[in-house]
Amino acid sequence: MTKVREEYDIVVVGAGHAGCEAALACARLGCETILFTISIDSIAMMPCNPNIGGSSKGHLVREVDALGGEMGKNIDKTFIQSKMLNESKGPAVHSLRAQADKQEYSKQMRITLENTDGLTIRQAEVTELLVEEGKILGCKTDSGAIYSCQAVILCTGTYLKARCIYGDVSRDTGPNGLQAANYLTDSLRKLGIELYRFKTGTPARVDKRSIDFSKMEEQKGDPKIVPFSFSTDPESIQKEQVSCWLTYTNEETHQIIRDNLDRSPLFSGVIEGTGPRYCPSIEDKVVKFADKNRHHVFIEPEGLYTNEMYLGGLSSSLPEDVQYAMYHTVAGLEKVKIVRNAYAIEYDCINSRQLKPTLELKEISGLFSCGQFNGSSGYEEAAAQGIIAGINAACKVLGREPLILDRSQAYIGVLIDDLVTKENHEPYRMMTSRAEYRLLLRQDNADLRLSEIGYKIGLVDKAIYQKVCQKKKDIESEICRLEQIQVGANNKVKEILEEYGSTPLKTAVSLAELIRRPELSYEKLEKLDPDRLPLPADTIEQININIKYDGYIKRQIKQVEQFKKLEKKRIEEDFNYDAVESLRNEARQKLKMYRPISIGQASRIAGVTPADISVLLIYMEQMRRKKE
Amino acid sequence: MKTDTIAAIATALTNAGIGIIRISGPEAFSVIDRIFRGKKEKPLSLAKSHTVHYGWIEENGKTIDEVMVLVLRAPHTYTRENTIEIDCHGGVLVMKKILDLVLKNGARLAEPGEFTKLAFLSGRIDLTQAEAVMDFIQSENEFARKASLNQLKGEISEKVRNLRKQILYEIAWIESALDDPEHISLEGYEIHLSEAVDYWIAELEHWLRTSENGKILKDGIKTVILGKPNVGKSSLMNLLAGEECAIVTEIAGTTRDILTEHIKLGEISLNMIDTAGIRDTDNIVEKIGIEKARQYAKEADLILYIVDSSIPFDQSDEEILTFIQDKRIIVVLNKTDLPVVLQKDLLEKKIGKKVISFSAKQGFGLKELQKEIENLFLEDRTFEDHFTIITNMRQKEALSQALESIKMVKQSVEEGMSEDFYTIDLMNGYEQLGFLIGESLGEDLVNEIFSKFCMGK
Repeated sequence: MTKVREEYDIVVVGAGHAGCEAALACARLGCETILFTISIDSIAMMPCNPNIGGSSKGHLVREVDALGGEMGKNIDKTFIQSKMLNESKGPAVHSLRAQADKQEYSKQMRITLENTDGLTIRQAEVTELLVEEGKILGCKTDSGAIYSCQAVILCTGTYLKARCIYGDVSRDTGPNGLQAANYLTDSLRKLGIELYRFKTGTPARVDKRSIDFSKMEEQKGDPKIVPFSFSTDPESIQKEQVSCWLTYTNEETHQIIRDNLDRSPLFSGVIEGTGPRYCPSIEDKVVKFADKNRHHVFIEPEGLYTNEMYLGGLSSSLPEDVQYAMYHTVAGLEKVKIVRNAYAIEYDCINSRQLKPTLELKEISGLFSCGQFNGSSGYEEAAAQGIIAGINAACKVLGREPLILDRSQAYIGVLIDDLVTKENHEPYRMMTSRAEYRLLLRQDNADLRLSEIGYKIGLVDKAIYQKVCQKKKDIESEICRLEQIQVGANNKVKEILEEYGSTPLKTAVSLAELIRRPELSYEKLEKLDPDRLPLPADTIEQININIKYDGYIKRQIKQVEQFKKLEKKRIEEDFNYDAVESLRNEARQKLKMYRPISIGQASRIAGVTPADISVLLIYMEQMRRKKE
Repeated sequence: MKTDTIAAIATALTNAGIGIIRISGPEAFSVIDRIFRGKKEKPLSLAKSHTVHYGWIEENGKTIDEVMVLVLRAPHTYTRENTIEIDCHGGVLVMKKILDLVLKNGARLAEPGEFTKLAFLSGRIDLTQAEAVMDFIQSENEFARKASLNQLKGEISEKVRNLRKQILYEIAWIESALDDPEHISLEGYEIHLSEAVDYWIAELEHWLRTSENGKILKDGIKTVILGKPNVGKSSLMNLLAGEECAIVTEIAGTTRDILTEHIKLGEISLNMIDTAGIRDTDNIVEKIGIEKARQYAKEADLILYIVDSSIPFDQSDEEILTFIQDKRIIVVLNKTDLPVVLQKDLLEKKIGKKVISFSAKQGFGLKELQKEIENLFLEDRTFEDHFTIITNMRQKEALSQALESIKMVKQSVEEGMSEDFYTIDLMNGYEQLGFLIGESLGEDLVNEIFSKFCMGK
């Protein structure tokens, strides 16, 4: 029988949020790329929440954008509501979140993919990887067709041996009833790749017409919309927004859940996979926070042209009848009609400690993986890994240096370092608390942090990069100017300070000194500063933040310097841990298994203590001295 | 790392009653087998761990000494290697002879602190404990030695670990509230944190104070005697250096004109600054001027300020008072054997410091002076068992930094910053305390270790 044989530089398996970014990066960097998906109609599908961004995830989207990725641009085209979260807190935890029109999001991404040169989209199931002598050679699809290539990027999401469950109903399908990928797992196992089984879940979708919104709090979008992408003109996206709604569960809801816990497949043991602690189902929350008498329920539209509404906060795998019973206890949902049941989904994913920080497998050259397949959760986490895997696969094919972002450069760096270093037995969700240096890794300065990297790699346009360079210059020179201009204790100053409830001056101070006061800002001092030139809003934001939090920023920079010292101490790939005799056995085993790239990474491996690291450092220092 | 067998005399090289020679390493047992003849035929290499054996050290059939040998098997030893300890009959010659024999039979001479280095490297002790051993080896007086002993038990580490745990708890609380604001509330949290921060600041300041005392105790108390001409400074000096106390050492200081005399007063060491000058002439204030006196006072840990009770308090006294107020001072009211013009109570009220009635001539008041010095410097010694002090510079630096960071947290709270700012300085404090006990990784740690344990190429 004659089989189809084709040749590409790179094969991307899966067209979710990771796969789309990976494929776009590869193709844009000039690699002939083929993107496989089980269903072309599910490209960039959002099978769970109808929004992009949110706490710390918004950071990821902006970082992806600064590197030249697509997610930010795509949500800017398709959002129906936008909100900056945590504005009452410090700038480090501000986070942008936008509600998406799901259909539109998917459609726009497909248009972008279809119009990218060098990118082929193919509907087929990849069933086998072709590997020889630890090197990827290609893959095979369900039809037996062979696609040879130099790199494969796996982004199979939740599709590998997927099973959807609610109550006693269990179906071997991927999300939304889509076909699961049932063959690739065996091929991976044969290659010696260690797999885990994870679980996640999604709440029900209900009919808008059956909801009584008068019993809920309306959640409007921000009056002034901030785009996700640094390349989107803010003026171009100001538009009419759709509201979300907030209501609460109550004791009655919780009682119904408690009474039926034995019918939940999670607690009865039907579900084997480990679920995310940080994105818990409502039954998890009721058990874990037994003292809370209510939990938030956010009602979010799934799009402009559908009546489906998402029940945020009510993810569940309880039986259909229990789902109905508990929704009907919630204010405003008394008569609600379900469109799609809530369900849990189980799937195979990789033990991500088998990966290098480039997202290439340590044992198989040319095989990369990203997204939920790596044990993460969330669209944004997937996209973030997708662009890095795409860049590094392309760099490998092109013979260029790989890109590794560290924990002090980006949330993406934190995400990948955590995945490849730390024990992870549940879907990994990005959180602000995971980023040690978050005051430096703000969502508002992702362009300043990463555009240069994106430009040098070749994903960011020169014009955009030059704009960022100009912004950097403007910020520096304006801060410098503000530090130098002194204002005296005259009446005009007094008047303006009084207007904002600020204490009058005794002696002359610089404008920067005044901006540092919590009640004042760059904008408020306009009248005291006639010489200032007009600057864009995002530049002014940087000026305010840098002046106001100067002390904290400097201290965090110091922490980063300390961190970098250990990151810079590289450990050779073939380092012989057996030669370090005083290393404890547990540490030796862990180090041999993980093969960290630096002392810094080694120090983050669970089971490796500071004493072990001292031993390593001393050994390396002795070796260095011997060589001298 | 080299895994050769090392040996050294573990006790002081004096003619003490007993001396210990320690051997550690893979060859320790074969070395002892070659030189030891026990009452039983069985060689020590076959003996059980942690057992003591009576016998003789012999060279070519000739007995060198009658000994007890302790057999300790890896890993339950100080260095985590096979270890032999030979208890012999003190005596410098005998010990040296046995050591020579050990070295001839396969061991090499240990570098200073090498046993401790091994213990540290094998994870048997942490860095503070290792440093304490080094301090112990070098410590000169009794109190410093006891302080080192306590560190050895990990007492500092324990306290620091505890405080770190508390800081980490608060960090975790703030972070989890940031991650899950729906379920974890930070309402009123600043009040709780303020209380915790105040407590930490008090603890850290207390440790720093004791660390100052610790350093002083280890190195001796820098003491200067001040007073107007003819009040009896040299008499006091002579008395201190006389029959009751001995001049222990005479070391030239860093600047040529400062000469230090090391005086042991009970269990405390005093380093008398410029005592030679004082003895040459009684007129320190006149001769070198108030400026010089001011400078000495600044450098001193302790000022013995002498006042003549037979003459009135005058302008010169007032002037001296201005620059010694914030120092640890003991006022010595001398010449109380003469008719008294200056009353002790009045003087005490005026200066606000402890005044001791004294007569250098009659040797009266010396015991009280000694007690007062002990009170001043050993205030935190609840008793020797709990005597925890931090004695080295690295530790002190880390402590100061931790204190500074925690104070910044306090400032952030007071300025009403939002909670996510607190964690930057909380983390710094946490890390600094980690450096203190070697639980955080500083790159400088390696350098520290290399300098401390003489690890050459």
